[in-house]
Amino acid sequence: MSKTIAEINEKIRKGKAVVVDAEEIIDLVEEKGVKKATQEVDVVTTATFGPMCSSGAYLNIGHSKPKIKLGGGRVYLNNIPAYAGFAAVDIYLGATALPEDDPRNEVFPGKFEYGGGHAIQDLVAGKDIKLVASAYGTDCYPRKNLKTLINLKDLNEAVLFNPRNAYQNYNVAVNLSDKTIYTYMGVLKANMGNANYCSAGQLSPLLNDPLYKTIGIGSRIFLGGGTGYVIWQGTQHNPTAQRKDNDVPSVPAGTLAVIGDLKEMSSEYLVGITMPGYGVTLTVGIGIPIPILNEEICRYTAVKDEDIWAQIVDYSSSYPLGKKESLGEVNYAQLKSGKILVKNRDVLTGSLSSYSKAKEIATIFKEWIEKGRFLLSEPVAYLPGPDTGYSFKPLKER
Amino acid sequence: MAKRRLVLTFPPKLVEEPITYRLIKDYDLVVNILRAKISPEEEGRLMIELSGEKSALKRGVDYLNRLKVNIQPLARDIRWLEEKCTHCTVCVSLCPTEAIVVDRNSMKISFNKNKCIACGACIPACPYKAIEILF
Ligand code: SF4
Ligand code: SF4
Repeated sequence: MSKTIAEINEKIRKGKAVVVDAEEIIDLVEEKGVKKATQEVDVVTTATFGPMCSSGAYLNIGHSKPKIKLGGGRVYLNNIPAYAGFAAVDIYLGATALPEDDPRNEVFPGKFEYGGGHAIQDLVAGKDIKLVASAYGTDCYPRKNLKTLINLKDLNEAVLFNPRNAYQNYNVAVNLSDKTIYTYMGVLKANMGNANYCSAGQLSPLLNDPLYKTIGIGSRIFLGGGTGYVIWQGTQHNPTAQRKDNDVPSVPAGTLAVIGDLKEMSSEYLVGITMPGYGVTLTVGIGIPIPILNEEICRYTAVKDEDIWAQIVDYSSSYPLGKKESLGEVNYAQLKSGKILVKNRDVLTGSLSSYSKAKEIATIFKEWIEKGRFLLSEPVAYLPGPDTGYSFKPLKER
Repeated sequence: MAKRRLVLTFPPKLVEEPITYRLIKDYDLVVNILRAKISPEEEGRLMIELSGEKSALKRGVDYLNRLKVNIQPLARDIRWLEEKCTHCTVCVSLCPTEAIVVDRNSMKISFNKNKCIACGACIPACPYKAIEILF
């Protein structure tokens, strides 16, 4: 029993496709078996909603009169420096960028009130953004200064382009030291006072397609409330990471680079956030459809929280020093219960990635497909898998 | 007579220190304990109202500072801004009183104001600024 994406799209067009989310498929497979479930279900929607630092947007602001060449100059959006190393009026705003006068961690832990992630959210929300730029002036682009308000609707292009999103699994962070630490995994209290994790587990896209059999370059996805595409493996993609018997990695492994039209997106699914003592970033909502082409793919999507394992890592020492040390393994059912056992002690858990928001995205996305608003795409190339030897290397300092 | 409502946070090693006794005996203050949470391995938290002469109050607070007790004014109100909350749950483990709890089925949080002691621990931890403190 196998189907093609073209056949599934035909059913979607007719409004006849059977779509369930990655949580619902679990019960369905348990009830009816893989064979029956594969026959019945056409698409499984997966989703995640969590902080993703390697995110940002490129914008083309249009030419002023007289013209200015921002490339090689300086550009600030709501006081936040944007990258201006492109042509005249193309700029890139990164999620973690901070105003130059932000005190950062001078008074520890820094508050990081407003940064790139927040500016992206404001832009998407349709708010005016203050642009201040200076340039060196050329014969063809004589202007040296520009100060104006810009708005998403007036930009020629506004494109969310994230080099690394949707991590396939992540660490569980604890703090073994005797003082509170402030990390990208949140506030971690001394002596294992809490444990933070960051994955939607059984709903998470790449955990439902562990060997990248359907998610590839060219996959059309739900991105930030609009439509986007997977355009490459994400940076630090590490398919050769250790895996369990069910092929699901038990450490951070695959990642995705994604792109999509910012003008279609919503500030509900692109949210600028602050991590005290760490900085600012952007929470991104992503949904990825998995076409149920055969039983193997169906079985993968039925993965449950208790079958997905993650490593407990000490963020006071092992992580910052780049040591690959694990304090043990836990699964997402344990993590989601609110309490895990680490070194024979109960530790309360919290998540940075919102499971309930991921479920909301998976549900909305399901409706899009059911209503024929969204068609699946055939990947034009596949992501490097475990057998390619592709891996994530540390820096060799010279 | 002056009055101050404070939240005291102190490390485990200070749990043995008879703080309230000293405030009463040595600093001549009226100590009203509003709420307390002290367990041997964790940080202790004490919400107190101190009243007494202005100078006595100042000396009492200096004494606490010398002990390296973290002192914060007791908030009047903590507000959970539900529309900003994404239910990530990262604040939950920081709450000493289970004022923030998670429904493990929906993985959504709820905030029980009556249990909140306004310690403020959850506030900087919320990436979405969905919890507000009002003094
Ligand atoms: S302020 Fe926050 S952490 Fe403190 S008791 Fe209230 S809800 Fe809990
Ligand atoms: S940390 Fe903030 S957003 Fe997350 S559950 Fe708590 S209140 Fe909601």
